[in-house]
Amino acid sequence: MTFDYSQTFRGSSGLPNTDNIPGSEMRYRDAFNLTLRQELDRDPSVFVMGEDIAGGAGRFEKDGEVSYEEKDGFKPLDAWGGPFAATKGLIQDFGTDRIKDTPISEAGVLGAAIGAALTGTRPVVDLMYFDFVTVAYDQLLSNAAKSRYMFGGQTKVPLTMFARSGAGTGHAAQHSESFYSMLVHIPGLKVVVPSDPLSVKGLLSASIRDDDPVFLVNDKKLINLNGFVPDQEVVFELGKGRYLKRGSDVTLIGMAYTSEICRKVAEKLEESGVSCEVVDMLSLSPLDEDIILESVSKTNKVVIVDEDTPMCSMASEISSIIADKGFDYLDAPIKKVNSPHTPVPYNRDLEFSFMPSEERVIKAVKEIVEY
Amino acid sequence: MEKEKLQWLFESMYRIRRFEETMLEQTFKGKSMGVTHSSDGQEAGPAGVCAHLTDKDWIGSTHRGHGHCIAKGLDTKKMMAEIFGKSTGQCKGKGGSMHIADFSKGMLGANAIVGASIPLAVGAALSSKYNGTENDSVGVAFFGDGATGQGVLHESMNLASIWKLPVIFVCENNHYAEATPVEYAVSIEDISDRAAAYSMPGVTADGMDVFDVYEVAGEAVNRARKGDGPTLIELKTFRYHGHFHADDPKKYRTPEEDEKWKDRDCLKIFEEKVIANNSMDLESIKKIKDLIDTEMIEAVEFAEKSPMPNIEELYSDVYVKYKD
Ligand SMILES: Cc1ncc(C[n+]2csc(CCOP(=O)(O)OP(=O)(O)O)c2C)c(N)n1
Ligand SMILES: [Mg+2]
Repeated sequence: MTFDYSQTFRGSSGLPNTDNIPGSEMRYRDAFNLTLRQELDRDPSVFVMGEDIAGGAGRFEKDGEVSYEEKDGFKPLDAWGGPFAATKGLIQDFGTDRIKDTPISEAGVLGAAIGAALTGTRPVVDLMYFDFVTVAYDQLLSNAAKSRYMFGGQTKVPLTMFARSGAGTGHAAQHSESFYSMLVHIPGLKVVVPSDPLSVKGLLSASIRDDDPVFLVNDKKLINLNGFVPDQEVVFELGKGRYLKRGSDVTLIGMAYTSEICRKVAEKLEESGVSCEVVDMLSLSPLDEDIILESVSKTNKVVIVDEDTPMCSMASEISSIIADKGFDYLDAPIKKVNSPHTPVPYNRDLEFSFMPSEERVIKAVKEIVEY
Repeated sequence: MEKEKLQWLFESMYRIRRFEETMLEQTFKGKSMGVTHSSDGQEAGPAGVCAHLTDKDWIGSTHRGHGHCIAKGLDTKKMMAEIFGKSTGQCKGKGGSMHIADFSKGMLGANAIVGASIPLAVGAALSSKYNGTENDSVGVAFFGDGATGQGVLHESMNLASIWKLPVIFVCENNHYAEATPVEYAVSIEDISDRAAAYSMPGVTADGMDVFDVYEVAGEAVNRARKGDGPTLIELKTFRYHGHFHADDPKKYRTPEEDEKWKDRDCLKIFEEKVIANNSMDLESIKKIKDLIDTEMIEAVEFAEKSPMPNIEELYSDVYVKYKD
């Protein structure tokens, strides 16, 4: 039996049945690693660059022994395997040309990746923490996203970038960003936000195979989330959301980790007799307007949950689409649950009040369910 | 060197060492609310440089910033409380280990974006030149070998050079950026050679020997105070611990390399030298150690007993004034 992931999307009734499908339960991070491996195997023009994606560059190892020179039976050192082991094991299987550790030079490295993408390769760049995007933002905005347009369609930039986002791990203000909006705002760039192991597989494959620059955001809070992943190739269509649960009273819209929050809230509220429908955006640019409107036309009420700060956020964008194209469907005000308009605080209590939480989503649902 | 200076150097190094050990212990007990980066092994750098500075001089720092803070005179109680995320912390518990700052002490803040604090030290020097207070107030940028990969370092060095600003660029070359060895990521042997490209003096010093650091830094600070412009100092040093609290350096370093550096421990070198030339005795060294050991116990107690910040703190300090 093969897995029909098209059922995952718009019009379907929640996640597809995986009984009798060959595959296994694994963590989000393992699904990421396996998929990257699969894409490296599939296309020799794909290569990966980033800081410590192997770790200990220029050195070698054998059975845990580190050597500073190349010796018989020793392999390139894989001391870190990337933050959260995203690229663990790849250097030893694919070699140092395809798994390339870099100095701490985000602007130069991303720029070089764009140049390489313009000239026939398909680079994948690990920017480590989402916050470091801004160090390379000029390359992303002015070169990656604009080259095709300003050169009149002569060229394309088949580049994939990824980085770890989000608060909740005590990394404080400079390592906890969720500024999806700062990427989605850029014409020429695509942005995807997987929310579980299956969607990591489907979206990472799709991003690497896509001919445009795509940014895949890994929410740190999802890295160890478990889920079923089929053995077969899974390539999601970029720009399509999916239903995690069908329901009739209120639509909950999530992205990355907030989809997980919405799913849990829907389960809890089901017990108290409120039927929530959960839409997981998966792709923020292109954005699946149809699934949003399809769901709201049925439930007539919506809560959008977004960890980004509220001004000009995805939640604002989705609200504006509903207000514009779905005004007649609405029976209650659109509710946004964002982080506040502040940097991310260090103290854990402050940090957890900063992020959208199940409690805050439940409160928002209660405000509109009886409206 | 006068006795007080000598004692100050030892106190600072020992205080940093003990703070890092204590802070790591507490991190492993779950008392830190986030990642911590120990600078144990590198104490001679911050001590030897900051010995020439006053509260009116400014330093910029990094994710590995506890040593810089201590050498600049920050209170270890408030530092520990910050790591514990408490309201009595140096930044009210809002910054954490990677963002300790004290503007009253000329400490512009630890910075978790590699390279990002370098231009801030240049800016502090720009202020002092603007105000005509170069003699009184210089800027010192502390950064790692890894940070030399960032364009902003090169921009900053060029700015400081063309404007002849009172800046000292201090590269603590501990030979690793996370797990990446310096010989892979940096195209030259001595990072101080980069100075030539910006027509400023560049010197490499033994970062394990506080006397060497002290001498080299003294010259650079004097140059800056006299209005002769910036200097690049490279300190060859080593961090004993992993990159962050949970990193195991054995994954990328040989035990021989660790031993080679620990053999040249800065506290050991200091003690050997002062005993040999009779400038300090074992008893006064022991007295300092005892005082600081007690200080660490008190710092943990203070942090432990301090209250959490009020939840309203989440919304404060974003702007000076936004709207009513
Ligand atoms: C712009 C940026 N890129 C990457 C990182 C992740 N990171 C944190 S510390 C570090 C290594 C820094 O090495 P170095 O400058 O030598 O300082 P050290 O840690 O050795 O003190 C890296 C890559 C970061 N914090 N900021
Ligand atoms: Mg270093």
